[in-house]
Amino acid sequence: MTSKRVQILLHGGVLAAGIIAPLIFPNYTLQIAVLWVMILFAMTWDVMGGQMGYNSLGNIFFFGAGMYTCVIVQIGLYYDVAKYTAASGMITVNFTPEQYFTGLALGMIAAALVCAVLAVILGWIVFGLRGPYFAIGTLGIALAAGELFSAWEYVGGGGGIALPVYPGEPDDRAYFFYLLCFTLAVVTFAVLRRIYASRFGLAINAIRDDEEKAEGMGIHTRRHKTVGWCISAFFLGISGAIFGNMIGFIEPLEVAFPTVTFGIFMVVMALLGGKGTMWGPVIGATLFHAFKEVTWIHLLGWQWVALGAFIIIVVVFFQQGIMGWIQDKRPHWFGIVVDEAGAAREIELEGAPRRTGAAE
Amino acid sequence: MTDMIEVEGVTKAFGGIVANNDITLAVPEGRITGLIGPNGSGKTTLFNSIVGYHPIDSGSIRFEGAEISDFRVQQIARLGLLRTFQQTRIYSKMNCVKNMLISVPHRHESYATIFKTYPPEVTEKAERLLEFVGLYEKRLLISGDLSFGQQKLLEFAMALMNEPKVLLLDEPTAGINPTLINGLIDRLKRATREFGITLFVIEHNMPVIMGLADNIYCLSNGRVLAHGTPAEIQKDGRVIDAYLGGHHAVDSEESD
Repeated sequence: MTSKRVQILLHGGVLAAGIIAPLIFPNYTLQIAVLWVMILFAMTWDVMGGQMGYNSLGNIFFFGAGMYTCVIVQIGLYYDVAKYTAASGMITVNFTPEQYFTGLALGMIAAALVCAVLAVILGWIVFGLRGPYFAIGTLGIALAAGELFSAWEYVGGGGGIALPVYPGEPDDRAYFFYLLCFTLAVVTFAVLRRIYASRFGLAINAIRDDEEKAEGMGIHTRRHKTVGWCISAFFLGISGAIFGNMIGFIEPLEVAFPTVTFGIFMVVMALLGGKGTMWGPVIGATLFHAFKEVTWIHLLGWQWVALGAFIIIVVVFFQQGIMGWIQDKRPHWFGIVVDEAGAAREIELEGAPRRTGAAE
Repeated sequence: MTDMIEVEGVTKAFGGIVANNDITLAVPEGRITGLIGPNGSGKTTLFNSIVGYHPIDSGSIRFEGAEISDFRVQQIARLGLLRTFQQTRIYSKMNCVKNMLISVPHRHESYATIFKTYPPEVTEKAERLLEFVGLYEKRLLISGDLSFGQQKLLEFAMALMNEPKVLLLDEPTAGINPTLINGLIDRLKRATREFGITLFVIEHNMPVIMGLADNIYCLSNGRVLAHGTPAEIQKDGRVIDAYLGGHHAVDSEESD
């Protein structure tokens, strides 16, 4: 079987599973929806952490920022946000279906754009940091954001903010948000796959392997780092917008900026699956989420201990992750081969380019 | 013949150590210029100053007649002034072809081209240059798995891919076995002759630099000690004292 056919089967299989899964297991629609969000977390973290070598511990910031941006737009379009939050849920605004969906759509767009802009601004500050300093700097951003939003009364402060109620049946609501999560994860995958294959992908890989060399070769390192983070933030912002609406209630520390849970999970999932690969984060997120759900059901009371042990095992014994391990054992599956036939080719210098030759 | 690089009165100190002291030299176009000197004489510091790795304390550095001493590394690289490293530096987790592709000149890159893929001609060119340094059949291997000498050849090929006008090479033959050295010297000469790249080379291997360079500067204690053709440098008493070693010198002078 050719690798092309394997690819088609793989992609088709995942797509079909994604559409059918909630129809077969309607009781688990929400759990599977969260799985897609987790996959998105791992994939967007991997843009920086895996492909570019910048281990961000603060990517969750964009998740929360997107969530709040969306809700402000959703409510603000038709009502006074300050009054709405001041009443802490005592006012029920009845949004018409049209208002609801318009607000949600515009909110998602706003979340994406605002987060991308925030990434540019924050990138301008933190991209001067390297290695562990970058990790701690970004962690600081996420932690500070949680506290800042807790104190910001306009959006409900620590008391949180209730989202507009979905105009329809609970089952429809679940499937609707499921489809949003699923579609977003698939689109993110497709976009990342496309850009990793472009010169952008090579440039961020070069930054990962040796940033100083990349600078010395004239690569626009800053530009690529900023664009990379913008892409992460863009999709994370949308995921936050969807997730907030799916949960129905936003609160700064546990839902919007859960730095020590989701914020760390996204790192662990990418590491488990194999950072710097296309499928690694997807596989890692799926396994991690499954493990987490199982321990939450069968090891209640010990679930955090089990999860902690799992994370330690991953970090200690699976540093390259699953995809990295496979690549180590079966390099030819990844096209890493010596081209014996090529040895016979002759060096013909006439064909070699001159300095002024066409590079573009 | 014009000078590609003109260094004039460059001084650079780190704390109390003056690594470069009032250095003036020129690298003529289309030639191979050598830079020799004992360890710690300021050769690599001078390279770093030229390509913008650190600001200089005083003096002037011109590239093609334009002042570049205030420019940053990337800007200088995009002008076509490139350097390779003493400790070979490649993108170790990518395969050789990808290492080559990302080494294209970045002068004309913009936000509009950031997500473009490379056209087939660029891949072909990358493969031709990999052939040129003898790495074609290994082009799909992860570059970090290559031997040190091969990595050095790859780094050289990457530099050629960048189409520099001037290439600064920091000890190109260090750590390479003698058989590969001959091949490398041959390729360096061809790079100048056939691609028109001006070379400025730091080298400790005397037979190599004497056979390679058209003219040589010798540094000692951060100053230019001597300048001349390889034959002149070999006879220069100051160079012999400072670097080549006194007792050899007496022999060679007598035998001349």
